[in-house]
Amino acid sequence: MLKIKKLNKSYGANKALTDVDLNVSEGVVFGLLGPNGAGKTTLIRIINQIIDSDSGEVYIGGELLAPKHIGLIGYLPEERGLYKKMKVWDQMLYFARLKGLSPQEAKIKIKNWLEKLEMETWKDKKIEDLSKGMAQKVQFISTIIHNPPLLILDEPFSGFDPVNAEIIKNEILELKAKGTTVILSTHRMESVELLCDQVAMINRSKKIIDGTIKQVKSIYRPEVYSITLDQIKRDLPTEWISKEDEGSYSFTLPLSGKTPNELLNELMQYGEVNRFQELIPSMEEIFIHQVKSTENG
Amino acid sequence: MDKIWLVIQREYVARVKKKSFLLVTLLTPLIFPAIMGIFVWIALEEDDNQALRIIEVVDDNKLFFLESSEQYAFSFSDINSDEAKKLVQDGDRYGFLHIPKFDIKDPQGISFYGEENPSMSLVSYLENNLRKKIEEQRLFESGIDPKIINEVRTKVAIKSITLDEEGTETVSNATVNYAIGFVAGILIYMFIFIYGNQIMQGVIEEKSSRIVEILVSSLKPFQLMLGKIIGIAGVGLTQLLIWIVLVGTLTTLVTGFLGMQMPQQQAMEMANPELAQSMAQNSEMGDILLVLAGINYVQITLSFVFYFLGGYLLYGALFAAIGSAVDAPSDAQQFMLPVTIPLIVAYMGLFVFVLNDPTSTTSFWLSVVPLTSPIAMMGRVSYGVPFWELALSMGLLIVGFLFTTWVAGKIYRIGILMHGTKPSYKTLWKWIKTNN
Repeated sequence: MLKIKKLNKSYGANKALTDVDLNVSEGVVFGLLGPNGAGKTTLIRIINQIIDSDSGEVYIGGELLAPKHIGLIGYLPEERGLYKKMKVWDQMLYFARLKGLSPQEAKIKIKNWLEKLEMETWKDKKIEDLSKGMAQKVQFISTIIHNPPLLILDEPFSGFDPVNAEIIKNEILELKAKGTTVILSTHRMESVELLCDQVAMINRSKKIIDGTIKQVKSIYRPEVYSITLDQIKRDLPTEWISKEDEGSYSFTLPLSGKTPNELLNELMQYGEVNRFQELIPSMEEIFIHQVKSTENG
Repeated sequence: MDKIWLVIQREYVARVKKKSFLLVTLLTPLIFPAIMGIFVWIALEEDDNQALRIIEVVDDNKLFFLESSEQYAFSFSDINSDEAKKLVQDGDRYGFLHIPKFDIKDPQGISFYGEENPSMSLVSYLENNLRKKIEEQRLFESGIDPKIINEVRTKVAIKSITLDEEGTETVSNATVNYAIGFVAGILIYMFIFIYGNQIMQGVIEEKSSRIVEILVSSLKPFQLMLGKIIGIAGVGLTQLLIWIVLVGTLTTLVTGFLGMQMPQQQAMEMANPELAQSMAQNSEMGDILLVLAGINYVQITLSFVFYFLGGYLLYGALFAAIGSAVDAPSDAQQFMLPVTIPLIVAYMGLFVFVLNDPTSTTSFWLSVVPLTSPIAMMGRVSYGVPFWELALSMGLLIVGFLFTTWVAGKIYRIGILMHGTKPSYKTLWKWIKTNN
């Protein structure tokens, strides 16, 4: 769906993107991760043709990115807003027309969406008279009104209350089921693990990891095991800080150069091994670890 | 192009639909005459209510008698100047006019004492009266009866006629030309300021409410800027049109009510100069009719529309650029100066140079330089401007607004995406130089 090759962009002396390659397959939810200022917004703006890159290529559906592709993308920026004095209906119509829909098409689509999200009664209200959650729904519909095959959502959940965030999350999954490719830029990792098929992480203008969630998780394994011992035969070494609960001791241990079997053998000498499980890091931990390691390296 | 049209439509409809637009459009033609009416009324009331001011006159020549007016009464009570000064100090007299003994051929040393500075009108009233008295006295002394002078006084009025190369004669009147230039210049000045500000506010609104990032993902910033400028121009033209119709109807109603000749009738007469000529014997009304008939309305209207739009586009782009560079209207102040100064120069130039001497070198330059020409040229057009000057001025204005729009576009496309930074002139210059 989207292919990016050796993309570079700098603002004066500041590099915003350095040789970034990305490959987003069709019909996936793609998580674009990275701390603030990493270059995510710059990358998204280039895909949306808001700014030009210094060098590198962007392909959309196999074609080099061009102005005619504007209608293929739905973009919900992190910094977003609506005309406060405009009515819901007029506003949606305006955004839909700007994306190239004919007035007839636009009206039918808006009507369907308003019905779907139970908002018909709001259509003649001005944005300033709506609650924040309602305004956000209007914003979301405006983003997807033209059925874009590629949807770019920059921090889509920021500012949403939990109820509306849930509605939006379900809409995203529904769109994905219909074949829409979604790029989700966020630093909220719980939504990444829940929604994304693929991720890429950007830090300090460079892409540092990408792949499926499973692949990314396999890159960074801290090799720490969670252990529970019962029927203790002898005293545990003092450096194993453990928690005792009715005779069973729980603690974590790193491999420290041993193989898992060697560690298991050692543990068996102290008692009955009830639990021996590798700790898989969450995306959050990977994120923090990767950011730190690129900053130190 | 379709997208610019959408933006134009939105900007236009959003503004025209507002209640405030309707209110301003309908009330302004009523408010200005109303304010003027109130001023006149207050002035009249004030004149009526003012206490009579008594001025003591000490005339050492025993020659002058000043007639009292509604505001000032003159008292001649044969006291000396020290006593008179005392009267002023005590507040018994508003002022004291001292006329020392002087040679009638060279009157010197006349002075006015008062507790406060006398107004201009009082001083000139006194001066005129004394001058008249002295002149009469001198005429009398040379043996001429002042009555004869009054009898031989004649009124002379010059009818000025412009003669063009083909020999067509047109009656002109500096006052009428002045009035046309004056009104047209002020209208353009106000329009640029009011609607330029609306552009700026609109841009700041889109920027600060973060709509702009969504918009620029659908169309080019330049399209957005141009659409806004043109849409707001449409609002202004609509307003102007409504005003013309309203003022026309109002004048017709008022003059009709006052039993005067209806302007429409005049207009019909104007359309037919021969008829106007036959009507216009030697009366002053006839002269003015003749002048009105001689004005090239088509040229004036066309130039007005051209400079109206040209000036607006030139400055509108700059206002858009300022709006894009700042986060809030209060930050815009620092960039307003370079925009307001040429406008004020043009406005002052209109009164000081152009209307008084439309063909002077200063007037020429003011009406040719694009930043001042929209206002200054309108002051000249009604007097008649050589074709090449008009063409040069219009050409330069077109070049001017293409240039400002280009510069503004460069600032705008970067500015609208910048938040939280207060740009300086240096950063603006950097933006202009950046190629995306």
